[in-house]
Amino acid sequence: MLVSLNWLKNYVDIGEISPEQLAEKVTKSGIEVESVEYVAEKSENVVVGYVQSCEKHPNADKLNLCQVDTGEETLQIICGAPNIAQGQKVAVAKPGAVLPGNFKIKKVKLRGVESNGMICSLQELGIEEKYVPKEFAEGIFVFPEDVTVGESVEPLLNLNDAVLEFELTPNRADCLSMLGVAYEVAALLDQPLQLPSEEVEVTDEDAADYIKVEVEAKDLNPYYGAFVIKDIEVKDSPLWMKNHLIAAGIRPINNVVDITNFVMLEYGQPLHAFDYDRLQSENIVVRRAKDGEKLVTLDEQERTLSEEHLVITDGEKPVALAGVMGGLDTEVHEKTKTVLLEAAYFESSAVRKAVKDTGLRSESSTRFEKGIDPNRVREAGQRACQLLTQYAGGKVLANVVESDQIDRTEKKINLVTSEVNKRLGTEITAEDIADIFRKLRFHFEQDLEEFIVYAPTRRGDITIFEDLLEEIARVYGYDNLPFTLPEGEAQAGALTETQQLKRDVKRYLQSAGLMETITYSLTSSAKISQLISPEIQNLDPQAVALSMPMSEDHKYLRLSLLPELLSTISYNQARNQTDLFYFELGKIFVSQEKMITSQPSEQLRVSGALSGKWMEHPWQQEKKEVDFYVVKGIMEGLFNYLKLPVSFKKGTIPQMHPGRSAVILINGKEVGFIGQVHPALQKESGLKDTYVFDVNMEEVIAEHSAVPSYSQIPKYPSISRDIAFIMDKQIPAGDVKQTIVELGAPLVKQVNIFDVYQGENIGENKKSVAYSLVYQHPDKTLTDEEVEESYTNILHNVNEKYDAYVRS
Amino acid sequence: MKEQLETIKQEALGRIVSADELKELQDIKVAYLGKKGSLTSVLRGMGKLSKEERPIIGELANEVRETITTALEEKGQKLEELALEKQLEEEAIDVTLPGRPVNVGGEHLLTKIVEEIEDLFIGMGYEVREGPEVETDYYNFEALNLPKGHPARDMQDTFYVTNELLMRTHTSPVQARTMKEFDGDQSVKMICPGKVYRRDTDDATHSHQFTQIEGLYVGKDVRMSDLKGTLDQFAKKMFGKDREIRLRPSFFPFTEPSVEMDISCKVCNGQGCSVCKGTGWIEILGAGMVHPNVLEMAGYDPKVYTGFAFGMGPERIAMLKYGVNDIRQFYTNDKRFLKQYHNA
Ligand SMILES: [Zn+2]
Repeated sequence: MLVSLNWLKNYVDIGEISPEQLAEKVTKSGIEVESVEYVAEKSENVVVGYVQSCEKHPNADKLNLCQVDTGEETLQIICGAPNIAQGQKVAVAKPGAVLPGNFKIKKVKLRGVESNGMICSLQELGIEEKYVPKEFAEGIFVFPEDVTVGESVEPLLNLNDAVLEFELTPNRADCLSMLGVAYEVAALLDQPLQLPSEEVEVTDEDAADYIKVEVEAKDLNPYYGAFVIKDIEVKDSPLWMKNHLIAAGIRPINNVVDITNFVMLEYGQPLHAFDYDRLQSENIVVRRAKDGEKLVTLDEQERTLSEEHLVITDGEKPVALAGVMGGLDTEVHEKTKTVLLEAAYFESSAVRKAVKDTGLRSESSTRFEKGIDPNRVREAGQRACQLLTQYAGGKVLANVVESDQIDRTEKKINLVTSEVNKRLGTEITAEDIADIFRKLRFHFEQDLEEFIVYAPTRRGDITIFEDLLEEIARVYGYDNLPFTLPEGEAQAGALTETQQLKRDVKRYLQSAGLMETITYSLTSSAKISQLISPEIQNLDPQAVALSMPMSEDHKYLRLSLLPELLSTISYNQARNQTDLFYFELGKIFVSQEKMITSQPSEQLRVSGALSGKWMEHPWQQEKKEVDFYVVKGIMEGLFNYLKLPVSFKKGTIPQMHPGRSAVILINGKEVGFIGQVHPALQKESGLKDTYVFDVNMEEVIAEHSAVPSYSQIPKYPSISRDIAFIMDKQIPAGDVKQTIVELGAPLVKQVNIFDVYQGENIGENKKSVAYSLVYQHPDKTLTDEEVEESYTNILHNVNEKYDAYVRS
Repeated sequence: MKEQLETIKQEALGRIVSADELKELQDIKVAYLGKKGSLTSVLRGMGKLSKEERPIIGELANEVRETITTALEEKGQKLEELALEKQLEEEAIDVTLPGRPVNVGGEHLLTKIVEEIEDLFIGMGYEVREGPEVETDYYNFEALNLPKGHPARDMQDTFYVTNELLMRTHTSPVQARTMKEFDGDQSVKMICPGKVYRRDTDDATHSHQFTQIEGLYVGKDVRMSDLKGTLDQFAKKMFGKDREIRLRPSFFPFTEPSVEMDISCKVCNGQGCSVCKGTGWIEILGAGMVHPNVLEMAGYDPKVYTGFAFGMGPERIAMLKYGVNDIRQFYTNDKRFLKQYHNA
């Protein structure tokens, strides 16, 4: 809402306060003033001039030579505007004048003839092109005859008016009108309010003889008033009205249109003028549209309507889409003589639906959508009639033809002073409260500490006690509220075990050298099926899509964090960023429903993607690219840190390198995978060799116990034995390790692989794997015999099971 | 024999002095004091001496042995010291060469801010709560006093999955869920951080996914001044103790009265500059007293319980605090961006 201060001054005296100070005051009391602008940049020395004569320039066809009386002197000015004529009153920039853009006017010679100034267009005076009335758009501006020659143009054209842009929250629809703004400003400045008169002289004729009004859809249209105005003369509206409209951001058209716009801005009540003679009947019927019914609107577009829309009809066919736009066939035009003026209350739901379906959003529909004041509908119609009488020669017929079921009562709200103070934490007196309601012009009854407040209908946002609380607080000033802390019993805050665990996992990965990332949860159709962990894939998850995505890139709820992580890797690699070790902790969304009806299960995962040099010593020729074992080491470290028994088994995971990936198991349960991204996918995604991990955090959380059980630190010495087996190359070294662990239990506390060898001396397709075993007994020192017995047993059984023999 | 012993002594001492390796000392020891050494062979001839001479020569021999032994030890110690010195000299390295690099990871800037805010409110006795990112229309809107068709729903353009399911547009549904869980007869003191989604086109200031942290305090006799005091503490801890706060009336469907909180601009100290658009204030968060309809729908009696809620955007805070000028940076994960804020 653009608020012209010169316009506002008609209703409330704002005194000496500057536009910026007023903006600050309004902002602090709840309506953000987005900007303070002036209608035009400053100009100096521009006055009204009278064109005494206007002749062709002797040396130029398109120029005119004018003698212009500026009051003090007569100036010879050359003017190139096509609409210049003798007898006009025009805006003259005298020599020495300064126009917007710091354009200085000097005496010049044009084609050998002297020109002592410039006759200005509105654009040259700083008014935005889009607000300039069409008749003056291509030439100079011409004043009405009643202006005085020599008078300064700036105030006449309202060029020095300050305009405040109000950024309205949805509850403050009352300030979509100058009167609403006036109420607000009058309250803030504690100034009297001067409301406009709605008095109108009427003829002896009765409007009821001209029109019948019938509302079928009373639920959507509780009030419809039709005024009939005869003898209209469509012409220019008065200069002051044009000035107000331009300042409010509306281009003046003609007096009838301008008056309906002016009253809409003044009262917040949209009005519509029909050309009475173009209506096909003497009936107005308001009803729901029929499915498929058509209407050509003012913008010459054919609209197809449905039963959800409300239309004004002539009894047969629609003549307007209620509250949104009138029909082309009944539009007021230059020759219009009789106007049927509609002042109606349309329910916001009906208008909202029509706006949504047609895409037509107008000043009118916006006001209906946000809700208008039932006590200003008829009144706005009367105000418009008054102005039509005054500025369009109209004769208003007696009586407004109405269908009226509207509720105009003010809602009663009880309020007790002590409750106000209890809620706000203040010590406001009943007198202060009464004073606040007086400033706001809310009617109220007071009995000592108790109030009955009548919420004004212009303030549709005020319905309950808490709404009044806000009014009291904002007029009292939020700045004046004390600073306190809640007095309720203190309670200790803490992270839950799960929240702490999540932080621990992040800290571990960061200290292991990984950078945390956050990627988008919404992904593309290509990525939705990529790199889904086997244990999720087993659930047969269905891709869940948004019903109206903004882009194809962000359409599906992700089933894996990896595809977006890989995109960040390739994004960085494309920008010459190498050595990327990324992880993310985030949710995937698993639904097993073909047609989704309930919330998907949201599962937390921790995933990582690593690519580049894991380690490079700058001068010692040590260099290590990220590989499977780097990632596996990070995972082993993680689960070791979390004290969870982890194992890995070779696995086939789609889009992963078949020979370099493994499934991760905790306590024998699959919880994710690690490995290298399949070279085909790497190529397709523009990735260098990239290794990933993906772990189901829900399982980690479930398996993790926050308090580790205490285990005695061993008192008795341990005994180490090393053993190297030569075995078939295909046998997983980890399987043999597992067998040793099982055979050695309970004396073998630890088994580590410390050497793997393939090559000469041990035969083709063979490898040698060296294990170190640590024996320990909790309660005594082991004897050599005990260890030897176990060791021999292990040798024997591993040999039987794997055909592996000891390397001598 | 005396002369013999004296000669041995002088000769041995002479060799010890000129020895410059430990091995040599060992040889000297063997040559003079060993089983076949010269001193030993001299002593072996003692049997031929007279009774009177024997003790005298014996004493002398012992003295020679001791002198040689001491000289050997002293020299040995000296040579060891020299050897160590030499070894240390040889072991010396160029300390100015670069060290072996360690990979340093770090947290995302948003995590840093979220955890900072979490810790701050945990310190004030709040719990951290989480909730689903795919929400029902009921919890995202209706339970927050935004019934279907409410004009304020337009304030938040929503990604719908079905008519009833949507990507949550704020973390406020966690408030509604928590209150419902608490069943209307306990006070609530919580914050809920999380991802939220809006139907926006991504650009420098808009992101279809972003982060929000909401807070809720519900109890008996909670006042609006308590909200003001709490926000003031938060702002001073988060942005510095010399920051001032300012509350302005605003509108949110789930609070009444509603509040917008500004902090005084750090750049210009409230004098007005380009960062604060000349106002001296920077908008930080929205807040208000929980709307009675919201309390009621969650099973709380608004005549007994009142409360306040607040909501803020970590991206905005990061942008203000660290000068990030494009919201997309948080989700692009450019290594150069991520690294800048590690340990910031
Ligand atoms: Zn500033």
